[in-house]
Amino acid sequence: MRKDETLRIAKLAVAALAVVGFVAPQLSAAQDKKAEKKEEVPFWAIGMPKNAVAEKMAPVPAFPIPTAADKLPIKKIKLPKGFKVEVWASNILDARGMRQGDKGTVFVSSLFVAGKIYAVTDKGGKREVKTIAEKLFLPNGIEFYKGALYVATPKDITRYDNIEANLDNPPKPVMVYDKLPGQVPHGWKFIKVGPDGKLYFPIGAPCNICLPGAEYAQIYRMNLDGSGVESVVQGMRNTVGFDWHPKTKELWFGDNQRDWLAEDMPIDELNHVTKKGQNFGFPYCHSGLMTDPDYGWGKSCKDYVKPALLIGPHAAPLGMRFYTGKMFPKKYHNAIFLTRHGPWNRTQKYAADVVAVFIDAKGHARMEPFLTGLVENNQYLGRPADVMVMKDGSLLVSDDHNGAIYRVSYGR
Amino acid sequence: MSAGCLKRGAALAALFFCLCAAARAASIEARVAACWTCHGANGQSVQKEVPSLGGQPEFFLLTQLFLFREGRRGGPMIELARGFSDDDLREFSARLAKLPPPQPAPGKPDPARIGRAQALLKKVHCPVCHNPDFSGREQMPRLASQREDYLLKSMREFKSGRRIGYGAAMTQELDGLSDQDLQDLAHFLAHVPPSGSAAR
Repeated sequence: MRKDETLRIAKLAVAALAVVGFVAPQLSAAQDKKAEKKEEVPFWAIGMPKNAVAEKMAPVPAFPIPTAADKLPIKKIKLPKGFKVEVWASNILDARGMRQGDKGTVFVSSLFVAGKIYAVTDKGGKREVKTIAEKLFLPNGIEFYKGALYVATPKDITRYDNIEANLDNPPKPVMVYDKLPGQVPHGWKFIKVGPDGKLYFPIGAPCNICLPGAEYAQIYRMNLDGSGVESVVQGMRNTVGFDWHPKTKELWFGDNQRDWLAEDMPIDELNHVTKKGQNFGFPYCHSGLMTDPDYGWGKSCKDYVKPALLIGPHAAPLGMRFYTGKMFPKKYHNAIFLTRHGPWNRTQKYAADVVAVFIDAKGHARMEPFLTGLVENNQYLGRPADVMVMKDGSLLVSDDHNGAIYRVSYGR
Repeated sequence: MSAGCLKRGAALAALFFCLCAAARAASIEARVAACWTCHGANGQSVQKEVPSLGGQPEFFLLTQLFLFREGRRGGPMIELARGFSDDDLREFSARLAKLPPPQPAPGKPDPARIGRAQALLKKVHCPVCHNPDFSGREQMPRLASQREDYLLKSMREFKSGRRIGYGAAMTQELDGLSDQDLQDLAHFLAHVPPSGSAAR
């Protein structure tokens, strides 16, 4: 982390501490008792903001009807020099996760608004969108591996075999794993097969802020038949995107931090896993900077792995991918493209973009804006939810707000 | 909900198929009149567990009609909204949003329950999204003067995860509340007048 950035974040932290009236923790019997008592208080009782501006916040909903192709905010999008963007597909309500099949089909997941899985195929330069599954329970997590499409809901993970040959008549899904807790808050998944051939999936915290039960707030992996489930990452609140560095094969994941603490705190994280079982601090330490005002008593941020990069307060990191294509300039090779959905729990809206994260040989990360321009008058014109590197090296970006997918290319 | 209303709902469903298929040009005024069968004249409901429709934000109405059309909320509305086009959703939500807000439940509220609800409202986030006067906005419905039995039914469905809604917020917010809490909140909200003067 650069020095000036450290200073900036330290200032933010001090400001946030002042806002919540935080007092440096001192271990004493009385406070232990207090912390114990506090843990019994349900999460909704904590951190209620006291001013009228804050009381005007609410989750930002997507429109239940996709934006018409000619009304998409494509002309508002800004990119670095030499890049261009086009509408790749439209009329895909709530388009979220994207995975490409061996034969070129792009599978698209959705969440609350649609509850569907789509297949997008290229028919002579035009995209055809088919719904291959519907009325699913928050089916955000998808993965394509060896001919099969994996679909993860908060309850279970299923598999559609030989899916690309059967888009018009999808097979009945095969149950892979049905022992997920099924909670609504942060129960939806992002899933991906790692370099070790195992399927990675998170079980997020079942709340905004709480002491989660033993199975929550972790990233797990398992064999593709659902056997051998083991925990890989602990102290994780809600990851909706992760990937492995193409060279080091190490796992990087975004983590959405808690709500209602302050306008500028906590700061969402990009984390770097170097060892199985590492703990990233939830619910005790946020952003590697401050202990939680309710659960952090007697805890220290020193005891948890610090974020590799702080990506902005309430920024909401979703899908991310290391760039493994050849089309983009050299500087982007092995960089991360990370979507920031943009905050709802913040009066000043920002992000709703794609950032490029560059990692040096020592594992230090820094970020630059990449795809921007979708915030106007404190409102979102669109909200990137996932990225996917196409076989030709171009980058697809899904926008769940408009129900569309954009394609970013370079040169020519 | 009464059996009679359900029966009428089923009959209406059949009627709507005809209306939608054969007479799409029927004016919105003619079509919206069918809503009063269950939801009461001008959307002020007198049927058990059937919500009043008045004073709701247009975007909320649109999201709910959409969820019914997609078969993702229960009840007779699924049949009624099946086959609605996107334009139907827009027309109905725009028209219904013009209805006047409902009047508070008749009879005197129970002061003990009102007191408990007011204490709860110092902690739960209801007014943050639904407005301090519970008038609702965007995808968040008006709660003021809604039918008590419907408010309670909705909250129970959200809390149990049977109703997911248009996001995770309600399930998350109600987690940790007891059924008595939900009953107190429903009683309080049903007695909040449209002006919102009794809020908090």
